[in-house]
Amino acid sequence: MWGIVRQRAVDGGFSASSLRRTRSALVSARSYAAGSKEMTVRDALNSAIDEEMSADPKVFVMGEEVGQYQGAYKITKGLLEKYGPERVYDTPITEAGFTGIGVGAAYAGLKPVVEFMTFNFSMQAIDHIINSAAKSNYMSAGQINVPIVFRGPNGAAAGVGAQHSQCYAAWYASVPGLKVLAPYSAEDARGLLKAAIRDPDPVVFLENELLYGESFPISEEALDSSFCLPIGKAKIEREGKDVTIITFSKMVGFALKAAEKLAEEGISAEVINLRSIRPLDRATINASVRKTSRLVTVEEGFPQHGVCAEICASVVEESFSYLDAPVERIAGADVPMPYAANLERLALPQVEDIVRAAKRACFRSK
Amino acid sequence: MAHLLKSSSSKSTLLNIFRHNLIFGSPNHASRHLPHNLPHNTRISPNPITRLCNTMVDTLSHEDTNRQVMDFPGGKVSFTPEIQFIPESNEDRVPCYRVLDDNGQQLTNSQFVPVSEEIAVKMYSDMVTLQIMDNIFYEAQRQGRLSFYATAFGEEAINIASAAALSPHDVIFPQYREPGVLLWRGFTLQEFANQCFGNKADYGKGRQMPVHYGSNKLNYFTVSATIATQLPNAVGAAYSLKMDGKDACAVTFFGDGGSSEGDFHAALNFAAVMEAPVLFICRNNGWAISTPTSDQFRSDGVVVKGRAYGIRSIRVDGNDALAMYSAVHEAREMAVREHRPILIEALTYRVGHHSTSDDSTRYRSADEIEWWNKARNPLSRFRTWVESNSWWSDEAESDLRSRIKKEMLEAIRVAEKTEKPNLNHMFSDVYDVPPLNLREQELLVRKTIKSHPQDYPSDVPL
Repeated sequence: MWGIVRQRAVDGGFSASSLRRTRSALVSARSYAAGSKEMTVRDALNSAIDEEMSADPKVFVMGEEVGQYQGAYKITKGLLEKYGPERVYDTPITEAGFTGIGVGAAYAGLKPVVEFMTFNFSMQAIDHIINSAAKSNYMSAGQINVPIVFRGPNGAAAGVGAQHSQCYAAWYASVPGLKVLAPYSAEDARGLLKAAIRDPDPVVFLENELLYGESFPISEEALDSSFCLPIGKAKIEREGKDVTIITFSKMVGFALKAAEKLAEEGISAEVINLRSIRPLDRATINASVRKTSRLVTVEEGFPQHGVCAEICASVVEESFSYLDAPVERIAGADVPMPYAANLERLALPQVEDIVRAAKRACFRSK
Repeated sequence: MAHLLKSSSSKSTLLNIFRHNLIFGSPNHASRHLPHNLPHNTRISPNPITRLCNTMVDTLSHEDTNRQVMDFPGGKVSFTPEIQFIPESNEDRVPCYRVLDDNGQQLTNSQFVPVSEEIAVKMYSDMVTLQIMDNIFYEAQRQGRLSFYATAFGEEAINIASAAALSPHDVIFPQYREPGVLLWRGFTLQEFANQCFGNKADYGKGRQMPVHYGSNKLNYFTVSATIATQLPNAVGAAYSLKMDGKDACAVTFFGDGGSSEGDFHAALNFAAVMEAPVLFICRNNGWAISTPTSDQFRSDGVVVKGRAYGIRSIRVDGNDALAMYSAVHEAREMAVREHRPILIEALTYRVGHHSTSDDSTRYRSADEIEWWNKARNPLSRFRTWVESNSWWSDEAESDLRSRIKKEMLEAIRVAEKTEKPNLNHMFSDVYDVPPLNLREQELLVRKTIKSHPQDYPSDVPL
């Protein structure tokens, strides 16, 4: 038991979500003050931006509908009233324009937090994200750094069709010069967004629309305004010994549900929440697979060249001799996202898919 | 009159938008689209859409229908019963501001900002220096000593005169044909050469192709090859300067081709809305590689586009150093004092090829190039004026030319011999702090080089 508690202390120690989800003995071993407060991801993001704007006058927010409308998803609610129109800037509809302008402001020393209404729209600005932001520090040999954050909902929502459902984690995470983060819980949202705003490099911050309204327990430490999570460290949401399930964002919730179902069948699954897609926490990933010998990776995005592909490659390269089963990848279907509710459900990984894959890895299917 | 109208709260987006419009007396844009002279007996209906329409109709019926003015979103417009399309262009093109004639004689009644002898001589000397530098680097590329080069032949006046009219605190966002601005600010021939040869003294640590200069201390942002992306960047930087209350503006250069990019539209539109202190200087040199301006746009050049965005604009003779100086000087004053963007279209001609990868005789006549090079040369025009003030002479000219030529050849000789950047610079600056995976990769590369030294160039320092 003490071993488990020490493990938590090492990787940040915040296991509020497992408190909510599991009834295992692990819960009673926790020695931190259990967070009796709950917070939605939306409020977590809002409070993070608010606190960082309060602490640093160079931080400002820009995007469509972020000010007067209080944010398309209300993430920036109340900020215009508090900080004024110069620091909460409603932009005209031009992603290419306002992204370029945000990058220019970052060049000149401000710290913009640029909101994309969804990351699908970031494609219209992707040249600025990659060529004007990500590569600038390198191309200018350190003379130009770009302390900018690009944030917004990423991946599938509910019934929004092909042009509003794509996951961009794999695209952005392939670019050197960018940091790419994907929070799951409210604590993730607070800690990672604060870290992103403080970071001197450009950060792509991939949120999830369906998680905005979800409530998570949150500890006192996480509510403190100096709270920050390290970039590049994954979190072990649930410890296990039979199979490692690695994922990020909304799929973490699904993986935890799958782990409960697997526990009923006697399979102990370890669930890892990546939190950071680039840099990828290869150390934690490989240490876990070396412990369990089996790997299942899950993502919502398209399968080819996805985040899961990179995780599998890393494990095969570094922990091949520890594997007892072929690596398993679960991703969204290789089709543009259909709209009809039944088709959409079929096009996205579900809890049953994760359970089946884990059982396959344990040679327990059929 | 200002009674508060509140629509019933609803979760629908449409109602949310109308709710903002219907609340009287609230600040900012809440009631911006409502006419402010509503009569007292305005009908109130539960449906917010009908309500909005009713108030507008009421306004009209209470007005004298002959007055024919109405408040639409955006302000009052008067009506006209004639069906008239605004013509695609004016009969007369926007005139071009110049101070010196083709032969360098000052025009009578010309308005310009006076320049001192010191400034005028520095301007002319720098124009000559730029020309010689371009010549020698171009030749070096032809000889295989440089991989690539792009000259600014014919645009020396734009380069130097604009730089001369700015303050060193003004932040420059170049395209790639403005090294003269760096030259004016003090970048040495050696520094130019170091970048072109990508040696260890290059401020860019050998990361970029030649002519992609950058200098933090001279406020010149590193050249980025993507076209027109620097325009919105400049607007963002201008916004930052405004927020910091600095006595400075952002200045960005681009060509006639660059004005076709989406970023041009976004940047100009935005700069006007944000009231950003930024100068947009377009070098309309007639060609975008092989695309002539007749294939680039159908407007009267670029200057007319400013008005479309609500931006003050001017067309200048880009080959007239005095006109360029005056226009940029005045524009800068307005930008900084009034927090507004200004568009300057400098008409000129690209005498050189687009770059060393281009042979422009394939798409234009050698005669045309020759004519602009000789008859409309910006250097000779300005020299005539400078000499007319007895500030220059043939002797000074030949002294300068031979000195610069010698300096250039020496700079190249030194740059060529200087060591290339160290191997660790392949991995540095990707992030603020090198991440673990890159540190590991560097160790791996070094190990490999150690085991197979014959496969690696011996002149790269490790």
